[in-house]
Amino acid sequence: MNLSTLNPWILTLTTFLPALGALLIAFLPRRDRDIRWFALAISVITLLVSLHLPAHYREVAPAGSGSFAYEQNLHWVTSPNIHYHIGIDGISLWLVVLTTFLVPFCVLASWKSIHERVKEFFILLLLLETAMIGVFIALDLFLFYFFWEATLIPMALIIGIFGHQRRVYAAVKFFLYTMIASVFMLAAIIWLYAQSGTFDFTELQHLLATGTIALPGHTALWLFLGFFVAFAVKVPLFPLHTWLPDAHVEAPTAGSVLLAGVLLKMGTYGLLRFNIGLFPAEAHRNAPWIITLAIIGIVYGALVALVQPNMKKLVAYSSVSHLGFVVLGIYSFTQSGMDGAVFQMLNHGISTGALFLLLGMVYDRRHTYEIKEYGGLATPMPVYATLFLIITLSSIGLPLMNGFIGEFLILSGAFQAKAIYGIIAASGVIWSAFYMLWLYQRTFYGVITNPINATLPDIDVRERSILWPLAVLALIMGVFPNFWMNSIDTSVAGILEMQKRAASATAPTVSTFYTVFK
Amino acid sequence: MPTAADYIRILPEIVLSVWGMTVMFIEALLPPGRSRKGLGVFAAFGAVAAIAATAYQAQPQFVGFGLNQMLRVDHFSVFFHFIVLFVALATILMSLDYLPFQKIDHGEYYALILLGAVGMCLMSSAVELVLIFIALEISSISSYILAGFRRNAAESAESSLKYFLLGSFATAFFLYGVALLYGATGSTNVFDIAATLGNAAHIEPLAYVAVALIFTGLGFKVACAPFHIWTPDVYEGAPSPVVAFMSTAPKAAAFAVLIRLVIDTASPHWFWVIWIAAVLSMCVGNLGAILQSNVKRMLAYSSIAHAGYLMVAFASASNRELGISAAMFYSAAYAAMNVGAFAVITQMAGSGERFSQIDDYSGLGKRSPLLAAVLTFFLLSLIGIPITGGFFAKFYVFSAALRTHLIWLTIIGVANSGMGSYYYLRLIVRMYMFEPRTETPTPKVQLGMGLAIAISLIATLWLGVLPNAILHYTQGAPTILASH
Repeated sequence: MNLSTLNPWILTLTTFLPALGALLIAFLPRRDRDIRWFALAISVITLLVSLHLPAHYREVAPAGSGSFAYEQNLHWVTSPNIHYHIGIDGISLWLVVLTTFLVPFCVLASWKSIHERVKEFFILLLLLETAMIGVFIALDLFLFYFFWEATLIPMALIIGIFGHQRRVYAAVKFFLYTMIASVFMLAAIIWLYAQSGTFDFTELQHLLATGTIALPGHTALWLFLGFFVAFAVKVPLFPLHTWLPDAHVEAPTAGSVLLAGVLLKMGTYGLLRFNIGLFPAEAHRNAPWIITLAIIGIVYGALVALVQPNMKKLVAYSSVSHLGFVVLGIYSFTQSGMDGAVFQMLNHGISTGALFLLLGMVYDRRHTYEIKEYGGLATPMPVYATLFLIITLSSIGLPLMNGFIGEFLILSGAFQAKAIYGIIAASGVIWSAFYMLWLYQRTFYGVITNPINATLPDIDVRERSILWPLAVLALIMGVFPNFWMNSIDTSVAGILEMQKRAASATAPTVSTFYTVFK
Repeated sequence: MPTAADYIRILPEIVLSVWGMTVMFIEALLPPGRSRKGLGVFAAFGAVAAIAATAYQAQPQFVGFGLNQMLRVDHFSVFFHFIVLFVALATILMSLDYLPFQKIDHGEYYALILLGAVGMCLMSSAVELVLIFIALEISSISSYILAGFRRNAAESAESSLKYFLLGSFATAFFLYGVALLYGATGSTNVFDIAATLGNAAHIEPLAYVAVALIFTGLGFKVACAPFHIWTPDVYEGAPSPVVAFMSTAPKAAAFAVLIRLVIDTASPHWFWVIWIAAVLSMCVGNLGAILQSNVKRMLAYSSIAHAGYLMVAFASASNRELGISAAMFYSAAYAAMNVGAFAVITQMAGSGERFSQIDDYSGLGKRSPLLAAVLTFFLLSLIGIPITGGFFAKFYVFSAALRTHLIWLTIIGVANSGMGSYYYLRLIVRMYMFEPRTETPTPKVQLGMGLAIAISLIATLWLGVLPNAILHYTQGAPTILASH
């Protein structure tokens, strides 16, 4: 069978397979073991199916900017004019794969730690997967909002039902923050529809670029902000980040992994695709203060991470810092900065996802995230310590690891945009080495201070099978970034070109820094 | 002389009346103490028959005025007939086991629902103010009695009495308005009034007073602020299935009357009245609901807020097609999700409706996962989360509002809907994130209840995922309304 015949349906298949799996689980009897295996099977099949996307991407890769691969455009509702319009480009391609890649590990990580209401847990997890993939593939603003809101409920329930002590508070805070922010996006989407009669992203982009939709006065700014608030809360950008540490600390491991790995990327993806895609001129005009917030986030997140007594909170704040880098890269409006931002989204998904998985494993053994409870763990758990180190190095951006490529590109983009951005942001790299290595030192080195830790078992086969692929991938992404970069670069160039045309500002010379790695 | 077509134009009402009276008659023959469940099933078939009659009536050759221009069958009336009848059907089904459980197993209950539905159906098709008034009375009187049906419970009696006293006032206001409108225009026919008011160079001040009075009367029926005070007390005391019924069916019917009046009698006079009522209802409803500890009271405030969202659709009726179809779609979605939510509440109520505090729902996710999941679905729909009818309805209303440049109203509405998510969420949190209070038993779901829940569930899902057919239908309604 020629696999390329699948092309028109492959995205739909990838998206709704997990939902179908969730539906089937609902009818399975409550035998926890079977449900776990079934959920694992579904998530692995979804991963395999989704690998079709990068495998055949070259054949169907869009020629110019503003067009998409694996497109499907079906009629959904006649009036209002809503389409089931999906498709991916080089950016969303990898975010979809990142999502399908992380979910099987989440299933594995929840194998033992979730032992009550197992059925509900896996139903929610798989529904969440469908919604997350949907966000990255939707090209109709209504459809996008549909999936965007749909991620909210499963995640809030995962935190609220399966989380730790203050889970209810964290779940409600998470829900309200994101819900209230995204209704403003809804208002902006409806406004655009009211003016144009379409929800289609490419059509709207065209109409806005040619000025067919009249934007009197400050309308463009308000619309930009409507979208921006929804995305900035999700990212989370500096003053709107307070829900994140709570959500992370209280969420079960799988929840944290998907929250950090995928949900935060929905925010940065939205900034890139919709904020810049629809309102390039406004984005450019507002870049200075957004970059300022991003840089504050980088430094502030790192400093707060430094003083956390709780490991999970430390990693949560490190996410604020890392995502600050991503936003900085996006709003630098340079090829290398944006390339780096997209690559860093993937890196962060892998490395922070892996960190949460690592923390989850030690939590399963000791039921605490307090750093002072540990110390000298390298002696009883050598394999664990090794893997933790690899991931730590990936997270702090050691050369040859994936984090390095992303941060380097972002910083070079930032320097091109304005030297001062680069200088301050670069300090974030140092801070991140500081807090991560200090965490590592306090947890793994030295003598065992707490006698309970002396007899902790090292990680077992299941846990190794979770961590090794992630660690190896972090290394491969650091050594052969071009495998990912080729498609990312083309799509970013398309976005940038459109932005340049619209902004018609004095464009700094675009140096494709990524050629360094070619 | 009425023709055969005239009778077909009131066929659903005839079916319901005959069926309702038959139920009464059989009830009188049944020995006391005998189960009335069979009678309930019989009544449910009555609702089904009325649905079939409406479907028959919906054929194109019957569209038009009937009975000396007193009523009019069109897309619009058929649509509201369906809402009322499906709600009546679901209510009867969920009451089959509720009534014996609460030891109020009387056949009149089913008759009252069927006869009440007669009034509500008639409200949606009547275009003659006097007929509208009579229909309103028929629907109200049965609701008053139903509210007090748990007659051994003090709060039920309170509910009934409050509803009756305030309701009578409201109906009197309405009637007074009708009289004044007749004085101002010389007609009681909605279309004639519209023509008179539309053509007149100078509009009598009397007409404004009349409009205000009519709005007061109908505002009471739809429970929009500032005529909402009765709602929480009445909903709290009335039997839960009755609340499911009266928070949706009479409301939809009263909205149908409002739509006819707003659209067909010079709507500019109504605009600010509706704008203010919309904003007040949304704010009062959502803020009030946050403070409640009783589920039924909470949903009462929520119903006020939803009346507000519906009013937003009216305010945008300057674009006929959008405004009316948004209001119609919202009515349907609200009916589906609210009936569903109250079905679960009925199931949970316990004898004497003891368990209606939010606390009583703690850990429902563990005690009966399916019931909790279903209630969660309805609550999410009330919040307006995708794949539910509530989401699409809200979306459609706000898009209608923005299309007609009601930017502030949209912003207030959108902010309200964000704020409103809090209290629904609180119930979801209770169900899933709190430990069960073990002494609260959850009875097994019986067939009738299961059917009622299934009807609402399917309707809510259908409206959310495949709204195309319904939207198409509602969008056809205004063009027919306009052609007079």
